[in-house]
Amino acid sequence: MMKSLGSIRRSFAPWADPASKPFISVKNVTKKFGDFTAVDDLSLNIYTREFFALLGASGCGKSTLLRMLAGFEQPTSGEIILDGQNLAGIPPYRRPVNMMFQSYALFPHMTVENNIAFGLKQDGMPKPEIAERVAQMLKLVKLEKFAQRRPHQLSGGQRQRVALARSIAKRPKVLLLDEPLGALDKKLREETQFELMDLQQELGLTFVIVTHDQEEAMTMADRIAVMSHGKVVQVATPAEIYEAPNSRFVADFIGDVNLFDGTVIGVEGGSLRIETTSGIQLRMASPEKPASGAKAAVAIRPEKIRISRQPPDHAPVNTAEGEIWDIGYLGDMTVFHVRLKDGKVVKASSLNAVRAVEDPLGYDQQIWISFGEDAGVVLKD
Amino acid sequence: MAKLASALVSRLVIIVPYAWLLFFFLIPFFIVFRISLSQTAVAMPPYTPVFDLAGGLAGILEKAREFSVDNYVWLTDDALYFNAYVSSLVIAAISTLLTLLIGFPIAYGMAKAPRSIRPTLLMLVILPFWTSFLIRVYAWIAILKPEGLLNQFLTTIGIIDQPLIILNTNSAIYIGIVYSYLPFMVLPIYSALEKMDNSLIEAAQDLGCTPTSAFWRVTFPLSLPGVVAGCLLVFIPAVGEFVIPDLLGGSETLMIGKTLWSEFNANRDWPVSSAVAIILLMILVIPIVYFQNVQAKADSEGK
Repeated sequence: MMKSLGSIRRSFAPWADPASKPFISVKNVTKKFGDFTAVDDLSLNIYTREFFALLGASGCGKSTLLRMLAGFEQPTSGEIILDGQNLAGIPPYRRPVNMMFQSYALFPHMTVENNIAFGLKQDGMPKPEIAERVAQMLKLVKLEKFAQRRPHQLSGGQRQRVALARSIAKRPKVLLLDEPLGALDKKLREETQFELMDLQQELGLTFVIVTHDQEEAMTMADRIAVMSHGKVVQVATPAEIYEAPNSRFVADFIGDVNLFDGTVIGVEGGSLRIETTSGIQLRMASPEKPASGAKAAVAIRPEKIRISRQPPDHAPVNTAEGEIWDIGYLGDMTVFHVRLKDGKVVKASSLNAVRAVEDPLGYDQQIWISFGEDAGVVLKD
Repeated sequence: MAKLASALVSRLVIIVPYAWLLFFFLIPFFIVFRISLSQTAVAMPPYTPVFDLAGGLAGILEKAREFSVDNYVWLTDDALYFNAYVSSLVIAAISTLLTLLIGFPIAYGMAKAPRSIRPTLLMLVILPFWTSFLIRVYAWIAILKPEGLLNQFLTTIGIIDQPLIILNTNSAIYIGIVYSYLPFMVLPIYSALEKMDNSLIEAAQDLGCTPTSAFWRVTFPLSLPGVVAGCLLVFIPAVGEFVIPDLLGGSETLMIGKTLWSEFNANRDWPVSSAVAIILLMILVIPIVYFQNVQAKADSEGK
């Protein structure tokens, strides 16, 4: 059962299909608070049943965008279309969206049951139906035994589940989640990430989540919008964001990366020849072919860098000599900090696939780092 | 040694409030209670029996036989006292309700005001306390009397041509009580509203509440502890209020505080006025203790 869901998940890519219509359309939205521009001429499309993440550092405008979707803030200019309806001027209580708050915002004077039933009662749903729906929600979040408790009698994880149950009880078209796992400890957070994904699949809802935790966004989202200073820098699947960042900012923001600044010196077949400022010769596959003399940066992830005791066959291209400067053993993998001849420190990581290594690499050892032509991404800025 | 000292200090800290209650509530209460069981006498002090240690234990026991509940029986015989109690409770209840109706919006406005001006607003609420209570009540006489400021103002702008008779009526008492006790209503409600998380209101609106229904389903229930505290703080002193009915009320106004005062000073009947005071205390304390018990039970059932 889960397997088939997984395969649906993998083949889900409405954004790649020009015929599919976006469910939420954010068009040139700007939001100003006094002099401060929180969201700056931002446009985005989100599709039905998508798990969409807004990722960025605090103050990048992601929460403001979410609050505009919920109706707590009005855009200064631009418009938001949801399922063909322009949301301008529609107050929060008439929008077919529900929000799960970062603080959970559970009503302290009500039991778990009444918290979940709150929105249903407000809509005037008949009592037997409310009872049925609440029971269903409690089962979904595995809190049947806690129906009569008050929020202050629950643990953080339980409260988070109540907040979730309350926000999906009305079957909204879109569920907005504001840092939903921020208050949980690491282990619980990881478990809950997968539960949220399963839940989203099961209910067939569109989720828009705001997070500053890139791992969380990468794990859960179908697509991620990386935001900075009120603008979207890149919108893409987690794999694209990681493997093909479109800018220095994205490459640096998501995961670890080594950046080599240099100059384009020519084109060789499908690859660019670049010489770094410290004289390392690089040959990188690149769809774009800037003219010789143009500035370029190459971003290479640590796990794509190999370490060897001898110079590789393709020397002197895509390789550099250095010494092991630091070793960080993380259990599943080891991170090496390699100091190159010019003093630049490069991160390289290797998977610890076997338990004991004969003659492991040690501090101060002279080694060569090397990487393939498709290991890095050429960035223009 | 240091441990012993800190244990002693912590004991001492607990003792302080109990000692306070003992000396300033329980002992005076028993003195009043004892007088209420005595008989009035033309003497100093003006009641009997007066205990004298010279008679020894036997003498004290002999005199204690003179105690009786006659004063309480007498209170039930005369409708004046019953009417005064009822009228005090009614006036206090109406005043409390009026104070709530005026105080809640003030507290709500203060809690919604920008954080930077809240201390100023709070100070404005407390400011009247810096002037003597008596002077402020006297000031109301100057405002409310037929040729007073209010009537002059209203006749000048042409709303009325005959002065309104407010002074020496129950209306003047309501005005006086509401004015004097407003801060006691505003402050607890403000403190309940102020610590409320604004995201609760947003959550209610997100789940379909209009601002009005969000107020009645979330804001108001959460402010109830403050409302209850404020009402008790106004109602209890208002029942026994003496100065305001004496200065602003008319001759037909019947309040138990005034009755007690004339019994004590004009009649010099200490035993009866003590009985009046004890019954007033019972009327106030018993319902409050009962109410708190019920609430504590409800709270523990919720757990």
